Amino acid sequence: MESVRLAPHVRLRFDAARGRHVLLSPETVAVLNATSADVLALCDGRAVDDIVAALRERYDHVDEADVRTFLERMAARRCLEVDDGR
Amino acid sequence: MVAEQPFGLLAELTYRCPLSCAYCSNPVTLTEYGDELTTAGWRDVLEQAAALGVLQLHLSGGEPLLRRDVVELTRVGRDLGMYSNLVTSALGLDRRRAEELRAAGLDHVQVSVQADEQEMSDRIAGTRSFDRKIEACRLVKELGWPLTLNVVLHRQNIHRVGEVLALAEELDADRIELANTQYYGWAWHNRDALLPSRAQLAEAEPVVDAARARLAGRMEVVDVLPDYYSEYPKPCMGGWAARQLTVAPNGDVLPCPAAHALPLPRASVRDDTLDHIWTHSPLFEAYRGTGWMPDPCRSCDRKDVDFGGCRCQAFQLTGDAARTDPVCHLSPDRHLVDDAVRAANRESVPLELVPRPHRAGAS
Repeated sequence: MESVRLAPHVRLRFDAARGRHVLLSPETVAVLNATSADVLALCDGRAVDDIVAALRERYDHVDEADVRTFLERMAARRCLEVDDGR
Repeated sequence: MVAEQPFGLLAELTYRCPLSCAYCSNPVTLTEYGDELTTAGWRDVLEQAAALGVLQLHLSGGEPLLRRDVVELTRVGRDLGMYSNLVTSALGLDRRRAEELRAAGLDHVQVSVQADEQEMSDRIAGTRSFDRKIEACRLVKELGWPLTLNVVLHRQNIHRVGEVLALAEELDADRIELANTQYYGWAWHNRDALLPSRAQLAEAEPVVDAARARLAGRMEVVDVLPDYYSEYPKPCMGGWAARQLTVAPNGDVLPCPAAHALPLPRASVRDDTLDHIWTHSPLFEAYRGTGWMPDPCRSCDRKDVDFGGCRCQAFQLTGDAARTDPVCHLSPDRHLVDDAVRAANRESVPLELVPRPHRAGAS
């Protein structure tokens, strides 16, 4: 996967009632932890490499493989649109 | 038991409907629901729900498009940050209405079809509707919405499940819900004619499994099996009053849409705040958590998995909502389910259906 963006039918927002970010999609509410929310907020069509770089500015330890695994999982659930750059 | 915050609100805007499906989940006594909440009343419900933590708004019915204010209520939900689903027969979803809903911020559309082809679908729906539904599905995709196809499965259409899946694929649906009929309300009255046989289920299962594998990543296939054939009950609603609440057209508030039948004190947004009803009302507190459970649930290691099953089903089958769901093979009442299953597997089963009326006092 080259670059990723949130699928048009999902919505990422902060939920004041729970004090957590949530990802909303048809019939599903995913309550996110802080790092997942940070990663998803960066999924605006930019390259995965740039997402990792942006995360490294915020966190001391960022494992690129972990980020890619997370993104692939979200893509498999159709929450992300993937451009393979081909 | 401390109440958690609800995730979803099922807003049943009206029980009026152009269809007359014999498995409708609406109450059998429709007369009590003619006095519908006003637009201001619904707006207030939505605002209270958002404050309570609701993130998903399901605009349902009956047919929600029969409410002239459905566009306005969609906008209210959107302004409150809710993700909105329209659950519709698609009758009334013409281009103008659809574009208004799109502009109002509606997120997702669920269209019911009763079968994969016109004659059977129209017969089950009780009215000519199939062609308009298909047209509406294409419009939903054209306007850029995610599309879910809702199909209730039963004895009279389950043999078409392969064709139903092919239709969903042809329509480029994003999701399909294949929901076997649940036996409450009208479906309870028509149970003998709706409950599939074991052979029918065995035939459908590999078809659904193969489609799910083939469509992985393209279409989500949600499959609700008939619990009468299960060993354990369904984790109904994720537990009583745990994740979602329903508001009926007249303002009655319920832990699930079938709960109006239970002999519990009524709760209404006309009398109390949603917060108070959710947190403190006897109706919502009755079966919250596990403290109410009798044996075999009380001592069962699955009590946090299936929450004792469905209270409405326990009441429907035994007359006591606090008993273990009779679907469970450990229930002392399982014979009530076995009797129905046995009847569904006889050689000859009457297929005559009693349709629900379109509205109270009419048919």
